[in-house]
Amino acid sequence: MPDTHVESGTAAASAIGVHIVRTEEEAAASAAPAQRVAIRAENVEAWYGPKLAVAGVNMEIRANSVTALIGPSGCGKSTLIRTFNRMHEFAPAARVGGAVFLDGENIYERGIDPARVRQRVGMVFQKPNPFPTMSIAENVAAGLRFLGVRSKSEINDRVERALKVSALWEEVKNDLKKPGMALSGGQQQRLCIARAIAVEPEVVLMDEPCSALDPIATLKIEDLMRELAVQYTIVVVTHNMQQAARVSDRTAFMLAGEDHVGRLVEYRSTEELFTRPQDKRTEDYITGRFG
Amino acid sequence: MNPRSGASQLFLASEGLYRRRRLANRVMTAVMGIAAAIAVIPLFLILFYLLQKGLRGLSLDLLTQDPNRPGRPGGGVRNSIVGSGIMVGLATAIGVPIAIGCGVFLAEFGQNRAGLVIRFLVDVMAGIPSITVGLFIYGLIVLPQKQFTAFAGAVALAIILLPVVARITEEMVLLVPRSVREAAYALGAPRWKTTLRIVLPTALPGIITGVLLAVSRIAGEAAPLLFTALGNQFNSTNVFHAMDALPLRIFVYAVGPYDYWHEQAWAMSLLLVTIILFISLAVRAIFGSRVTVRQ
Amino acid sequence: MAIESVPAPLARRGLRNRLKAGDWIFTTLVSATAALVVLIVLGLFYELISRALPSIRKFGLPFLWETQWNPVRETFGAGTFIVGTLITSVVALVLATVLAVLVALFLVEIAPPWLSRPLSYLVELLAAIPSVVYGLWGVFVMGVFIRDYFGPVVVDTLGWIPFFDGTPLITGIFSACLILTIMILPTIMAVSRDVIAAVPNSQREGIMALGATRWEAIRIAILPYARSGVMGGAILGLARAVGETLAVTLVIGNKVAIPSTIFDPAYTMASVIANQFTEVENDMHRSALIEIALVLLVITFVINVVARLLVWRVTRGQRVLVQE
Repeated sequence: MPDTHVESGTAAASAIGVHIVRTEEEAAASAAPAQRVAIRAENVEAWYGPKLAVAGVNMEIRANSVTALIGPSGCGKSTLIRTFNRMHEFAPAARVGGAVFLDGENIYERGIDPARVRQRVGMVFQKPNPFPTMSIAENVAAGLRFLGVRSKSEINDRVERALKVSALWEEVKNDLKKPGMALSGGQQQRLCIARAIAVEPEVVLMDEPCSALDPIATLKIEDLMRELAVQYTIVVVTHNMQQAARVSDRTAFMLAGEDHVGRLVEYRSTEELFTRPQDKRTEDYITGRFG
Repeated sequence: MNPRSGASQLFLASEGLYRRRRLANRVMTAVMGIAAAIAVIPLFLILFYLLQKGLRGLSLDLLTQDPNRPGRPGGGVRNSIVGSGIMVGLATAIGVPIAIGCGVFLAEFGQNRAGLVIRFLVDVMAGIPSITVGLFIYGLIVLPQKQFTAFAGAVALAIILLPVVARITEEMVLLVPRSVREAAYALGAPRWKTTLRIVLPTALPGIITGVLLAVSRIAGEAAPLLFTALGNQFNSTNVFHAMDALPLRIFVYAVGPYDYWHEQAWAMSLLLVTIILFISLAVRAIFGSRVTVRQ
Repeated sequence: MAIESVPAPLARRGLRNRLKAGDWIFTTLVSATAALVVLIVLGLFYELISRALPSIRKFGLPFLWETQWNPVRETFGAGTFIVGTLITSVVALVLATVLAVLVALFLVEIAPPWLSRPLSYLVELLAAIPSVVYGLWGVFVMGVFIRDYFGPVVVDTLGWIPFFDGTPLITGIFSACLILTIMILPTIMAVSRDVIAAVPNSQREGIMALGATRWEAIRIAILPYARSGVMGGAILGLARAVGETLAVTLVIGNKVAIPSTIFDPAYTMASVIANQFTEVENDMHRSALIEIALVLLVITFVINVVARLLVWRVTRGQRVLVQE
């Protein structure tokens, strides 16, 4: 990689061996002011039946950037990300309070169909979940039928483009008719990413997308996230601080208190969060003092 | 949705399609709901008519008298009730030990090819039509003895009960934690003692459930008795003679010409279904939904 | 039956490991009961084959399609009964499968638990009702309803379709199809419900995250995943319909003829056995009826084997096979 420099971190960052690597352009881009806001959460709370899991989250997610959610397990980061595309309601008896604005529009407003929201806010899950009865190409094209893409050539076009963007094309271009399950775990996850971006969403949510993958496959997905940020808005949940530091522009740290309710503790640019945390709890977490 | 957003052209152009998709979703959700409603209607209709037509014929005489000469109203079906009790009891006595043995075999020694074959045969046995079982026992027992007997009927019922109880026993024994068994081995107990004294008692509630459900099933079977126990007008407790059973008598009365027969058939059906549903509900209430027997 | 005389080759492995007398007896007994299962199934085939032999020798393979059934002249062919069984069970299979899958989907995918649990139990209770009670109800309630109300409406609206004309009676092939549909519904529903519930949630999430509606999720992800298991359930239902005896005997009308309309009386294999076996005219008549039972046994055996294989394939681990 040309034009890279390693910022020697502060005590906090080097304590966990985080080396923040940035190209000059990326550093400039993340510093650019007045970026469009893709998602704005207002006082979001999430419930599982009578149990409050996440409370009082206010945050803005900038378009065309990678935002990471970190925190110890059970802090509600996965729950929070699922409120951004109304997947949280999928759990039995789950409900959401507050508001989430997608391009200024509250997705929890009466009359808004979650299915319609999810067409704009895609999602990639912890474990790769390709559809086993479909071929690789059919997997990628699965969401296109909901958008009225009918012509064979257009479908093929979009499948190819999505597979290219997700860096899978070279590996599968001769096996498009093979079942998606025949791929390795890392390839399956990239297939799921291709499936998510084939429908051209604005935001792609990734819920610990690398937790089931080996280190090499993880690196590939991380590279991919950086590239996707050019076109899409990426929100990634991770329990891996190094990963957050490597891929994200901004990082949010969440923590569940004694009451087991997850709250947003600190949210700022990744560089600042890892080098000059403002909150004592953030510093404790990133220096490995708990969690 | 908001057109000034970052939504793709693809998304914005799919509004019309979305309306059709939403309509299809609503229609199909309604269809599924209606299907569910339709599926429970027969049960309510059957129960309703059983009560309506059956309660009329239910009387003390029905339970305590034997049938009158055909065509003379009155009388009861005591012989059928006694016969059902004897044959179901005998079938249980014959079938349950064999079934439990077979279930234990499948659970303890069944992790090989022989186990696979036998498990498969047990499953297949569960699907054999009961009338075929009746003919089999007819050829095996009735013809050589030249006599329709309650014993033959009981054997036929036992064959129907066997696969049900065997498979439940296997599942229940497999549910007993390995640690329980190993603890017994560690104390030096031989295998047979461990199985009889530790494993089977632990699995007993589940096995009893299975037996009860199987019993409630054979209590309603008439087809295997047609050519084995045959049926009988008179009260008989001799298992080496022909014997009556409730389902057999329901069948005879249902096709018969007399109104009082039909009335008694409904009353017997009400009795039979009440017993079966009572067992089924009790099992469900005590053991929950884990164990169910089908067909 | 002489259990002791059953050789126990299956016990050999246990023997080698533990030579104690108690264990030997235990293993032998348990193996003997298992061997007994094999004997019963083999015995069933042997008994029916040997007793059907006179009929098999005399009529040969044409027995399966010949429609002559004359006990007095001793000419027998099972054609009409096979056709009757085929029509009733296939119609019931189609109706019941469609209904059962819709119900199963409603129970698993749509209904909240407070509704789905009791509903599912109610449908399963249908399976607990004895065949003969179905028959009684079928004759005195359903049959009357078909003759007086449902049948005439069907003839009025669909009478222009071939086979849909005719005179609705209490008993007939139409009644038999309906009663069989009700009877096999719980079997197919229960298997479908379990198979659909076993579809991993990640599959639902995957398709919903692409913006699918509930119905699209079912159509595109859930049903294809559960397909072979649902087929297994349907085939188990088919086996039950084919072998169902008393209910059908009571409502099908019992006539040796190939039906020409949906309301005509007919016979199935099981119902002709139930109806005629106790009053056989001669030995050949008996042998022919036993040959029908043998055909029935072979058919249900094959159906069951296929169904079990399908269900096993799905339940044996979540790895769903994908074929090109």
